[in-house]
Amino acid sequence: MTDVRVAGVGLTPFGSHPERTGRDLFGEAALRAFEDADVDRADVEELNYGNFMGALAEHQGHQAPLMAEAAGVRCPATRYESACASAGVAVREAVRTVAAGDADVVLAGGMERMTNLPTDEVTEGLAIAADDLFEVRAGVTFPGAYALMANAYFDAYGGSREDLAHVASKNHENAVPNEYAQYRKEVSVAEAMDAPPVAEPLHLYDACPITDGASALVLVSGEYAERHDLDAPVAVTGTGQGTDRMALGDREHLARTPAAADAADAAYADAGIEAADVDLAEVHDCFTIAEVLALESLGLFEHGEGITAAREGVTTADGDLPVNLSGGLKAKGHPVGATGGSQIAELTRLLRGDHPNSDRVPDAAVGVAHNAGGTVASAVVHVLEVAE
Amino acid sequence: MSDDGADPADDAVPADRDYADWLDALADGDGFALVCSDGHGSLPPRRVCPECGAADLSREPLDETGTVETYSVVHVPSPRFADDAPYATAVVEFGPTRLTGIVRDGDRGSDATPDVEIGDSVAVDVGERATDGERLVVFRPAGES
Repeated sequence: MTDVRVAGVGLTPFGSHPERTGRDLFGEAALRAFEDADVDRADVEELNYGNFMGALAEHQGHQAPLMAEAAGVRCPATRYESACASAGVAVREAVRTVAAGDADVVLAGGMERMTNLPTDEVTEGLAIAADDLFEVRAGVTFPGAYALMANAYFDAYGGSREDLAHVASKNHENAVPNEYAQYRKEVSVAEAMDAPPVAEPLHLYDACPITDGASALVLVSGEYAERHDLDAPVAVTGTGQGTDRMALGDREHLARTPAAADAADAAYADAGIEAADVDLAEVHDCFTIAEVLALESLGLFEHGEGITAAREGVTTADGDLPVNLSGGLKAKGHPVGATGGSQIAELTRLLRGDHPNSDRVPDAAVGVAHNAGGTVASAVVHVLEVAE
Repeated sequence: MSDDGADPADDAVPADRDYADWLDALADGDGFALVCSDGHGSLPPRRVCPECGAADLSREPLDETGTVETYSVVHVPSPRFADDAPYATAVVEFGPTRLTGIVRDGDRGSDATPDVEIGDSVAVDVGERATDGERLVVFRPAGES
């Protein structure tokens, strides 16, 4: 196995850019990644690109060659689709390709364009990540599915809307200094509690926004980094993926996400770490309850104990285990097919020390990224470490 | 129905045939799950059990009533449910399998969002979406049907 280094990361500002094409968004992220990496784009051997609903949003299928053009690379290019984990699986395959010695340089990331659609069409588009026959036709929306999980969680373990409001408030506070975040404003627990309902018990501030954006990573082998004298101190040391039954109702437990637990087990084993070694995490908080489920599946909290982590200050920026220092999907934004790549980009910046929130975790050495698709029928976990 | 010149095959073969047949059975009070020899239940179409891969699947009736395991009152719908919101979606245990559907109170329309709770006993039926008349799985408080 070859050492896999993050040579460079690039993001567009996340937000509402209805006038910008997908190719322009990904082109910008890739340009920033190459500038950050100081790697010759002619050395790129593969492009792994994540995108979920481009056929709906832009009437554009077959996006990978288009994005290779946008990035200025000529190499095998493939689009990966795994709902909200699309970029996560794209990055994972890039990591495996480099680790296996099949390539020295891979460009990975993703893009999603969403705000050019009316909100009801986005709702319909996101719903296709669920089982069309037995969930969507039965009225399940994307927020509705997580609302079903939230009520199941409250029933099984306790917890309240106020606990979830603390998750929202924490992540909004983290986003304030982040120049890439969509909502750089604080939201109080009271404001979150008073917001209108989307799918009860989830209200407006329990949900991530609708976002346009792109992410790109230049991943290289340790050997390539050394040969080219690259400044690439962060390594991807572990990768794992899990799959569960598609429909929530077919899961063994309605308030647990074992696909993420499987992904975490595999990633930790790959990296040779345990959950206790993790210093910070970027988790898939498409809804506040999703952060709670993620923390428990990652083994960072026992089942039933993740719900109070934000309220008790354990996962806040000054807590023992800061979670979503980027602002998370909740406040930084969730351009679906780009999110898995942006989590790795943010963790890399946090660990390198050049993120606006790096000073909250000055001694952090091990970070974990958790990216989920649908109601976690798909999950990808990566471990990033500061290399010696 | 086809006097506008539509292809008669549209009537003969419904889209998503296995799902349509399953809904027909549900509407007739003959709702079923496909169950393997290990007792794993699933919904059609299936060639094998999604849990264990067993190919010997038999049709087993759903329990007469089911128990609500979780629910949500949805206020922001997709376009297909625009006129149905707010509505209560629930996941209900019916013996060999769980079903997902909308809870309705008796025969009242979409403005009737019942006070559903986890643990409630409900019966399953087939109803229509207020928005466009499409069929969907409906739960009603047990004893009302």
